[in-house]
Amino acid sequence: MSFIAIPQIMHFAEPLLLSSGESLEQYHLTYETYGELNKNKDNAVLICHALNASHHVAGVYAGDGSDNVGWWDSMIGPNKPVDTNKFFVIGVNNLGSCFGSTGPMHVNPKTQKVWGADFPVLTVEDWVHSQERLISALGINRLTAVMGGSLGGMQALSWSIEFPDRVAHAVVIASAPNLNAENIAFNEVARRAIVNDPDFHGGHFYEYGVVPKRGLKIARMVGHITYLSDDVMNSKFGRSLKNEEIQFSTQNVEFQIESYLRYQGEKFSEYFDANTYLLITRALDYFDPAKAHNNNLTRALEKTKANFLVVSFKTDWRFSPTRSREIVKALIDNKRAVTYAEIDAPHGHDAFLLEDERYISLVRAYFEGISKKITWVGEYE
Amino acid sequence: MNKQAFIECIAQLIPENSRVLDLGCGDGSLLSYLQTHRNCTGYGVEIDDKNVLACVQTDVQVVQLNLDEGLKMFADQSFDVVLQIDTLQHLRNAETMLLETIRVGRLGIVAFPNFGHWPNRLSILGGRMPVTKRLPYQWYDTPNIRVGTFADFGELANKNNIRILDSFGIKEAEQVRLWPNLMAPTAVFKIEKI
Repeated sequence: MSFIAIPQIMHFAEPLLLSSGESLEQYHLTYETYGELNKNKDNAVLICHALNASHHVAGVYAGDGSDNVGWWDSMIGPNKPVDTNKFFVIGVNNLGSCFGSTGPMHVNPKTQKVWGADFPVLTVEDWVHSQERLISALGINRLTAVMGGSLGGMQALSWSIEFPDRVAHAVVIASAPNLNAENIAFNEVARRAIVNDPDFHGGHFYEYGVVPKRGLKIARMVGHITYLSDDVMNSKFGRSLKNEEIQFSTQNVEFQIESYLRYQGEKFSEYFDANTYLLITRALDYFDPAKAHNNNLTRALEKTKANFLVVSFKTDWRFSPTRSREIVKALIDNKRAVTYAEIDAPHGHDAFLLEDERYISLVRAYFEGISKKITWVGEYE
Repeated sequence: MNKQAFIECIAQLIPENSRVLDLGCGDGSLLSYLQTHRNCTGYGVEIDDKNVLACVQTDVQVVQLNLDEGLKMFADQSFDVVLQIDTLQHLRNAETMLLETIRVGRLGIVAFPNFGHWPNRLSILGGRMPVTKRLPYQWYDTPNIRVGTFADFGELANKNNIRILDSFGIKEAEQVRLWPNLMAPTAVFKIEKI
């Protein structure tokens, strides 16, 4: 039985200067918190989300039953690996997303029109800077941990670079120091699917009262394939047919995998925003902290001070172990405290959201270690 | 073999305040001891999931890697000491890893079961592979894919231009310096790059 989560909103009136040179004059962030902030305000854990997730990390909403369980509820909550009896956990929705924080579906105060495609292009660093303001507003000087998987892991890594004195531990799961060409290519296919949908209207579809659902569906189908491993897809679907016999149809669903992908695409297109998809995949593409240091990741991580836990999954080919090892190598070069685990889970990139026993116990042990170093646990206001 | 006594015996060889890389660190107990008693820092390298978890539980930094894939992650001479305690005998590329050990570490310490120990010789003389306290496995289920003697290691070091700074045996957590190839179940070598 999970607990009830309550989303909150924080407004920021001061302009946020973005990597692009533009600035967001004012914005708000939607967030949730679980557990209690202790007297010293040093038991806070920030959870960063990946592409299609949100601030709703754990728990359920009142009256929703179990329909709306937080996306990392297996990891976070009372007596879970990130134990909310000990830690004050913050989930935040990123700028540009479509789950509450300021995004392309909101009104641009300057023009009094919906932002649409004119919403500024954001980077991982921009997100981290916006999150830092939320953390400060909550009265937290130093996070005991920042944690995320995939794009969320990039944010955790970025936190350790942008605010080295404000992060004690960075937990970077199924992530990478940047995207390789193949990864950018997948993102581009997804973006073209959306942009080429006649209902996209150059990103101003809100004014037309339509949603580029066809594009979103294909984007999700492509993405979904890359989050699974070949083995898992084969064991789940194999060559199973939808009907008993093949129908000799080129357009109807023949194989179960087609049916599954169409279903996933359909579901996604009903709740996700097309401009958000473009913005978030671009933030993924742009992330590359080594770039400013002559592509030397070791130098990029020189100013970090956090302890690190880096985790990858052997069957994850979208964010492969090789990429996590690059992060680990750069940290070791800098003599940072780092633990690296390579989990032999079969589920591909999706494994970071699942409950593999080895993975869950490892994260639990790591956070128990953090809580042990913290003498103030239990000493609440 | 008393594990704790063995750990203490090996720990004596490692200078205080060293930066240590422990290849095949197991549950991290040696590193944990070095951190607590000799003010050392560093990492363990381990392949086994349970051991990785045990390291995290005891606050030992561990990197989960297959040593047979080499030590690419570690820069030249980036550690004061690189340890291979009961690891060499499990590696396919034992010779390469030996060279890697002294590439990455200014000092290498290697310990492994000595097949030249007299009970092993007796057993072979009797026509059977040895099964002892130190080598408790049957020939068909042993994880020790490399079997070598104290003397054999000296040869290998010579062949690879590795300088042996010190070598001795260990028996029941005591150093054996008289006829170690015959008298000690464990061989220990302190090595460096020439």
